[in-house]
Amino acid sequence: MSKAGLRIIVCIKQVPAIQDIKIDPITHTLIRESMPSMLNPWDEIGVEEGIRLREKYGGEVTVITMGPMQAKEAILRCLAMGADRGIIISDKALAGADTIATAYALYMQIKKMKYDLIICGKISTDSETGHIGPHLAELLNIPQICYVKKVDLDIEKRRIIAHKEADEGIEIVEAPLPVLLTTAIGLNKPRLPTLKGIISSKRKEVKVLTAKDLGGSLSNYGLRGSPTFVDEVFEPPSRKPEMIFQGDPKEVVEKIVQVLLNKKLISSRS
Amino acid sequence: MLEKSEENPNHKGVWVFTEQIDGKLKNVGLELLGAGRKIADKLGEELVAVLLGYKVIELVKDLEAYGADKVILVEHELLEQFTVDAYTKVLAELTIKYKPSVLFIGGTLNGRELAPRLAARLNTGITSDCVDFDINSDGHLTHVKPFGKLMAKIICKTRPQIATAKPNVFKKLEPNWDRRAKIVREEIKINPEDIRTKILGRIEANKNPYGSIEDADVIVAVGKGLCSKENLKLIQELADLLGASVACTRPVVDRGWLPSSQQVGQSGKTVAPKLYIAIGISGATYHTVGMKNSDIIIAVNKDPKAPIFQIATYSIVGDLFKILPLLIDRLKKEVKEVKLSITTKGE
Ligand SMILES: Cc1cc2nc3c(=O)[nH]c(=O)nc-3n(C[C@H](O)[C@H](O)[C@H](O)COP(=O)(O)OP(=O)(O)OC[C@H]3O[C@@H](n4cnc5c(N)ncnc54)[C@H](O)[C@@H]3O)c2cc1C
Ligand SMILES: Nc1ncnc2c1ncn2[C@@H]1O[C@H](COP(=O)(O)O)[C@@H](O)[C@H]1O
Repeated sequence: MSKAGLRIIVCIKQVPAIQDIKIDPITHTLIRESMPSMLNPWDEIGVEEGIRLREKYGGEVTVITMGPMQAKEAILRCLAMGADRGIIISDKALAGADTIATAYALYMQIKKMKYDLIICGKISTDSETGHIGPHLAELLNIPQICYVKKVDLDIEKRRIIAHKEADEGIEIVEAPLPVLLTTAIGLNKPRLPTLKGIISSKRKEVKVLTAKDLGGSLSNYGLRGSPTFVDEVFEPPSRKPEMIFQGDPKEVVEKIVQVLLNKKLISSRS
Repeated sequence: MLEKSEENPNHKGVWVFTEQIDGKLKNVGLELLGAGRKIADKLGEELVAVLLGYKVIELVKDLEAYGADKVILVEHELLEQFTVDAYTKVLAELTIKYKPSVLFIGGTLNGRELAPRLAARLNTGITSDCVDFDINSDGHLTHVKPFGKLMAKIICKTRPQIATAKPNVFKKLEPNWDRRAKIVREEIKINPEDIRTKILGRIEANKNPYGSIEDADVIVAVGKGLCSKENLKLIQELADLLGASVACTRPVVDRGWLPSSQQVGQSGKTVAPKLYIAIGISGATYHTVGMKNSDIIIAVNKDPKAPIFQIATYSIVGDLFKILPLLIDRLKKEVKEVKLSITTKGE
């Protein structure tokens, strides 16, 4: 770690606000303003973790996204929460990128930067692949710890000890810095931006980069650089319904109990 | 970085990474052997199970029984525990040596860490959470997955074509214990320094009070139509009577009524029980992809136009708060003893 403290990069994504209403994490009330888009909730957890680690160890939190210019809103939200600076990579040449091409663009920028910790979300709510974190860790040739629920750092030894979700419970994993983490629900409870935070966010730096700034061959970016593409979309096939019951609830219940009995899903010993 | 290998005709073979933990095979690997069998037959290529671990040779007979033509076995002390570094290294070296055209990886938490890391190392495409596969007229694998309200067919131009699928999406073949496969042992050098993440310990998962949904025979699932957490009592009572596990939709998790371990659907789990009772669930594609392979689906919804009725075997149009108390009563009183007369899945 440098004298300046921990250098933390958080990869964030702006996602369409889901059609479902959102619950305010603090007041548990419905948020009624219809927001067209939002910060991916797993990335919000990532930003919060970055800020907490900086508060503890000193350093700097940079948030980075690749997306349309509108995604600057999401960057500004992170800055209002307390991140130090933002980078948005935005270019038509990057459109249509699959996860490999997206990770490649992020890699081309991040490899030029200094970092001790990179944080990604477990998944983004719109594409839901969870690919970007592991792709990026591989391209940067650093270790990855996914689905992290708790972080402890040993600054002297430059090591992290993390609790992570595993199929058989929770695993405790140690790795050297720099390392890439992905966030799990329960890692922390993200703060809401304060008014002061919102005001100071306006003075923070947001760098805008194009594909040319990233360098490298354009054929590695966007749709052209994507090994996968959507060939076709279609309606999901429906199963033929066998029976519809409606009307008097008592009769409906009687009929359904008969079905359960006939299908031997339940048995009557009377 | 490796060059992308575009549609290379030299790439042949359908591979399935058959994950084991603590010497036990994960079901999803066997399910993917089932899916892989169909694809391998269509291509006229070999179906290969790739098994990594330490002292795991006795698992090979299962891989043979469930459809593999060939098993590539790599045994090494440093593969005893799953680490993304060691497993990526071994799979990458095998892939570069043998050049398979398709690689399936089960969507366990380990698989979801491994597959994208491997794809980036091989600089090839990857598609997550597939629900169907086929071969198109150009010989490409078509990956089908949900896309909003619709389904998408995704094509991968590079080789190998890597895909993940969740547990319970594909069906295992009937095991044939007389089947034999070619067994190929591979020696791959792994140094302790290759593994940068060290596992210090494991905390076992607590027992789930709502019942595990992955292998349940009967599931009572609830949606936002339940209106409040208090009403869960009703659901739990019905589930207890039927010996069922309780599952739910995403809004139910978002509201904190049930833990995310119970969520069924695209961002939750995939289930295929003998009976799935959907209560107050609209039937969004994101939910139904996770349960549509259930044998019998009973849906209770007050809206006759709810999409769930398009896939339900038995549709009950009505108010759940009227139907459920009556149903619970009827099951309790008139049917003297409610006992599930079906045998456990997999027996
Ligand atoms: C990327 C992405 C991933 C997603 N992943 C998942 C996922 O994994 N799983 C999932 O479930 N969802 C997922 N969703 C959300 C999904 O799109 C739907 O919003 C969700 O499935 C709807 O849940 P629901 O049926 O409980 O709620 P609603 O759609 O609100 O349906 C409630 C239903 O209850 C009925 N109802 C109300 N009151 C009563 C009553 N008294 N009696 C009877 N019926 C009543 C209503 O008619 C209605 O049909 C995802 C969304 C996105 C964008
Ligand atoms: N366009 C993007 N720009 C920056 N980070 C991204 C982008 N897409 C995905 N990520 C990161 O990768 C994580 C997983 O996303 P995904 O692989 O899309 O499910 C997200 O939570 C982000 O941290």
